[in-house]
Amino acid sequence: MLRYAVKRILSAIPLLLVISLLIFMFIHLIPGDPARIIAGKEATSYEIENVREQLGLNEPLLKQYGIYMAGLLTLDLGNSIRNGATVFDTIAPRFVPTIQLTLLAMLWATLLGTLLGIMAAVRRGKTLDYVSMIIAISGISAPSFWLGLMLIQLFCVKLGWLPVSGLTTWKSYILPSFTMGCGVMAIIARFTRSSMLENLKEDYIRTARAKGLGEFFVILRHAYKNSLIQVVTVTGLQIGGLLTGSVMAETVFSINGLGRLLVDSIGFRDYKVVQALLLFFSLEYIVINLIVDLLYGVLDPKVRYD
Amino acid sequence: MSEETAKVLDQEPLYADAEALPTAQNRVKAFIKKFSKRKAALVSLVFLVALIVVAVISPYIVPYDPAAPDYSHMLEGPTAQHILGTDEFGRDVLSRVMVGARLSLFCALSAVVVGTFLGTVLGLLAGYYGGILESLIMRGSDVLFAFPDILLAIAIVAIIGPGTVNVIIAVAVFTVPSFARIMRSATIQVKGSLYVEVARSLGCPDRRILWTHIFPGTIQSMIVNFTMRIGTAILAAASLSFLGYGADVTVPEWGSMLSTARNYMTTAPHLVYVPGVLIFLTVLAFNLLGDGLRDTLDPKLK
Repeated sequence: MLRYAVKRILSAIPLLLVISLLIFMFIHLIPGDPARIIAGKEATSYEIENVREQLGLNEPLLKQYGIYMAGLLTLDLGNSIRNGATVFDTIAPRFVPTIQLTLLAMLWATLLGTLLGIMAAVRRGKTLDYVSMIIAISGISAPSFWLGLMLIQLFCVKLGWLPVSGLTTWKSYILPSFTMGCGVMAIIARFTRSSMLENLKEDYIRTARAKGLGEFFVILRHAYKNSLIQVVTVTGLQIGGLLTGSVMAETVFSINGLGRLLVDSIGFRDYKVVQALLLFFSLEYIVINLIVDLLYGVLDPKVRYD
Repeated sequence: MSEETAKVLDQEPLYADAEALPTAQNRVKAFIKKFSKRKAALVSLVFLVALIVVAVISPYIVPYDPAAPDYSHMLEGPTAQHILGTDEFGRDVLSRVMVGARLSLFCALSAVVVGTFLGTVLGLLAGYYGGILESLIMRGSDVLFAFPDILLAIAIVAIIGPGTVNVIIAVAVFTVPSFARIMRSATIQVKGSLYVEVARSLGCPDRRILWTHIFPGTIQSMIVNFTMRIGTAILAAASLSFLGYGADVTVPEWGSMLSTARNYMTTAPHLVYVPGVLIFLTVLAFNLLGDGLRDTLDPKLK
């Protein structure tokens, strides 16, 4: 197990290097002169030169990469072009709301998704199955930003129960986290259902029933426990997507989180901040994948690490 | 297979009752029979065909000019004249969503076609040749996968800038890695089958094995995933337009219509309902169609 863990962690390093290289190249991949684009159409050549100097674009490419990598290791990611603050200081305060919303969304999406999936599988072909699966496929198909707008329309404009934007009271967390979690809930429900259906066909379920075990335990301890591995995989992959999903929810609900910062920074061509955020999002995704892989062994003793 | 061996195989059928083997025609019939039992998928197909027809002929059947402002009827709800109401410039919402269907569907379809083509070729090559080529292609898609969900598309738009063509490029690239993975595993599966073995022992060149023997075996998973990805692509393209990276806001497109409608949430909620419901129903239809196709074509995927 430990050997596998070490091997798996080491194998992620080349991927991280390639991604950091790609994100470093980001500013060089922009068609045209990035300094000119950042400085704006009416900038004088002096101003453009200033921006170029500020971004370190005058250095040879290899040296730029060296500076960038050294900066990554010391968390010195340069300065925001928009307000001159360090990238770290720009990102750090935005971190909390996004993480809070992501965790909340994850929590309700996993709980409800699992519940719907199990109910649908147990009542296969019955009304409950259809209702659950209609909810699930609608959750996958609805654009999250539109869902957010509809929720605002209903709960804020018409009923006036919940605040429209920002994160001031606990009430203001409800709608954004619901918006973010909907798609994930749907995906988890679908996966749980199909994996449960497969497991419910197995012989050990018949054995469990034959020995007189209550249906509740048969479903939870025997069938669901074996579905868990697939559910964990899907859930893990979805957390990565959720942090990104914050882009839409935070835009709709005007929340100052990482997602909105990304959108704003792209708008302002604040490339240093964009780079740092892209790196953060992809890093987080890789780390979560890694954790999911390692969790396999804990959940499924059948998995061998060779 | 050379012409001669083909002749030999034709003359001496391997099975006594070779006529009873499923022919292409029978398979199509069996598929139609199975598929028509899936009512949700069937309804979705009808809806999508109707939508595509409307999108194509929309410029000739719209009740009003979708770009013509009418300042005496601004932000009006549904009326007899404008059944879906008017927007902030008094433009007819029905006409705009009809014409908007063109751009929204065109964006998603062309992006998925490009993404499917690239992903399929890469997946086939990776699955068939293995070795360094496979490692390169699969690690490449791992890298793209590390940008979860719509982030990859946002990153690409951040680099190449906003605009319709750029959104298509972004969504196409976003489609490639998942396709490459699926097609690779489908290829590996088909590659192990007996008929590929036979073709290879008969001295068939690689290119022929790949395109005439392996590729047809993977088409089913390709079709299923193609359908499913269109839904995702519509959502991604709409999200990008909503964030303001899409087409010029004056061009009618469902995502950008929602983006501007946001400002009139309290005064004209119908502006939010109409394009949103359309996006939702279209994506839903593609997903249901994809589910139906998967169940009939490729039950293993379930």
